[in-house]
Amino acid sequence: MRFDLRIIASWIEPGSRVLDLGCGEGELLQYLKEQKKVKATGIEKHEAEVAVCIAKGLSVLQGDFNLEVADYPPDSFDYIVISQTLQQIYEPVALIHTLLTIGKKVIVSFPNFSYWRIRLQLLFAGYAPKSKELPYEWYDTPNIRVITLRDFRNFARDKDIVILNEVAINTHRQQETGNIVRYLPNLRATYGIFLIGRADSHDAG
Amino acid sequence: MSAACLGLVRKQFFTFGEPPHELVLESGERLGPVTIAYETLGILAPDKDNAILVVHALTGDSHVAGCYTEDDVKPGWWDIMVGPGKAIDTERYFVICANVLGGCMGSTGPSSINPATDRPYGVSFPLVTIGDMVTAQKALVDHLGISRLLAVVGGSVGGMQVLAWCARYPEMVRGAIPLATTPRHSAQAIAFNEVARQAIMADPHWRGGDYYGGAKPDLGLAVARMIGHITYLSNESMRQKFGRQLRSRDALSFHFDAGFEVESYLRYQGNKFVERFDANSFLYLTKAADYFDLDDYAAGGLDGAFNGSRTSFLVVAFTSDWLYPTEQSRALVQALKRSGLDVSFCEIQSDWGHDAFLLPNERLHTLVAAFLSRISREGLAGE
Repeated sequence: MRFDLRIIASWIEPGSRVLDLGCGEGELLQYLKEQKKVKATGIEKHEAEVAVCIAKGLSVLQGDFNLEVADYPPDSFDYIVISQTLQQIYEPVALIHTLLTIGKKVIVSFPNFSYWRIRLQLLFAGYAPKSKELPYEWYDTPNIRVITLRDFRNFARDKDIVILNEVAINTHRQQETGNIVRYLPNLRATYGIFLIGRADSHDAG
Repeated sequence: MSAACLGLVRKQFFTFGEPPHELVLESGERLGPVTIAYETLGILAPDKDNAILVVHALTGDSHVAGCYTEDDVKPGWWDIMVGPGKAIDTERYFVICANVLGGCMGSTGPSSINPATDRPYGVSFPLVTIGDMVTAQKALVDHLGISRLLAVVGGSVGGMQVLAWCARYPEMVRGAIPLATTPRHSAQAIAFNEVARQAIMADPHWRGGDYYGGAKPDLGLAVARMIGHITYLSNESMRQKFGRQLRSRDALSFHFDAGFEVESYLRYQGNKFVERFDANSFLYLTKAADYFDLDDYAAGGLDGAFNGSRTSFLVVAFTSDWLYPTEQSRALVQALKRSGLDVSFCEIQSDWGHDAFLLPNERLHTLVAAFLSRISREGLAGE
């Protein structure tokens, strides 16, 4: 399993209700269902990937998760996972607000734009940075949001969102290996993973 | 052809509702006795936890799969889906399929003899609803000694019956597979059905529904079927199948023969249909579809219809189905989500219009097989 997904999985309590947005072929959900007996649900845009998930015995809906999340009652899930996708969301504030309504906690992961190689590219080459995590040209990238670990912390503070846990990692897209970055994460990490909750969720533990 | 038939089946009959215990219909009228024609495939497990009810679409019948005799050339209507080793695997599951109430393939309908008059009911037959069909199927399932179905599966009007099952008898349905269907019949779908009914009723042989024993309203029924076939196809599938191709001529004929291939196809379908179907049944079954609105099954509207349900759902729509378009399946999925139910949804890319659910489609077969396998593994009690 992808390195970031392994960390995400380690944060999820056994037996909980999990919604994975953009679940792909259901790698994380299948692991959680088998290893942690969670009640797993996924939303995925592409028919072929939805079919793979259902063939694995998962409950998955085909659709655009920006729209699909609107139909769930409050507290439908214990965890909602949105991995490596936040940088592609058109209205992240509204989405995260909805997610923290229908789910008690949200796990977000995204590529860190202040990774040192990206900084150096812009500084020395003068091009919009490209990396293994962000491999697109400016005109065809789906990644319309530029986020750093520090930006996300500021965002959480401004929007009354509580960060319950965070890990910075050094790994590459789709890669199964990686390591946790503790020293200068905003400079040295390729990805950030945050567990966030509602403003009152510190008391709830 | 008979090599394709992997099992022999037999049409059976179950009669209930003898007066004074008639079936009470949604309209309040009483109907009895009621006979339901049905077929079964596979073996019911000792603890009766492997029964799947397959429900047919508008003009289908109980003959879902297999053949009646060794040299039968035509297997059942969903033989590609149901059989040994197929998606609905009769080596694992006990499959039941019944002709709907109001039909004309062995179950009680307007062409049946009214015991009170010893003559066919005709239009004195009470209007039946999708819910009434399901009530009759439930009586059959009870008769077979099955207290909970592993799944109810059906497409189109069959899908409506699947939803009515889930709303009426939620505790009896572990899994539901509504395909290419809708939680309520749209104005457009009602409109096509009304044109089809008018074609039948405008045929002088219809005689107010009292045509049994004489000439039948075949022309009207054939036109009704032609209208239906247009709604089952798509613009793209018609272009691929027929285009503007002419039949056996290179040039336009300048008269009203079936010059275009598409005309010839529709005429052929219409003529073939009148040999096997009763015009009055067509009137009743289209009306039942038109009346279908899952909102009616609960005070709380569509969401309320699933109150107290623990059924798992696999909802499937097809991209080119304009009779029951994907948005209608999505409305159903939204209601299921709001009710907190376990639901999977897939919109299958297909050019073949509404008919797609009956055609070979590897993706559909994979989804159905995997979903059934999962709920079977999890057991009748659920997760």
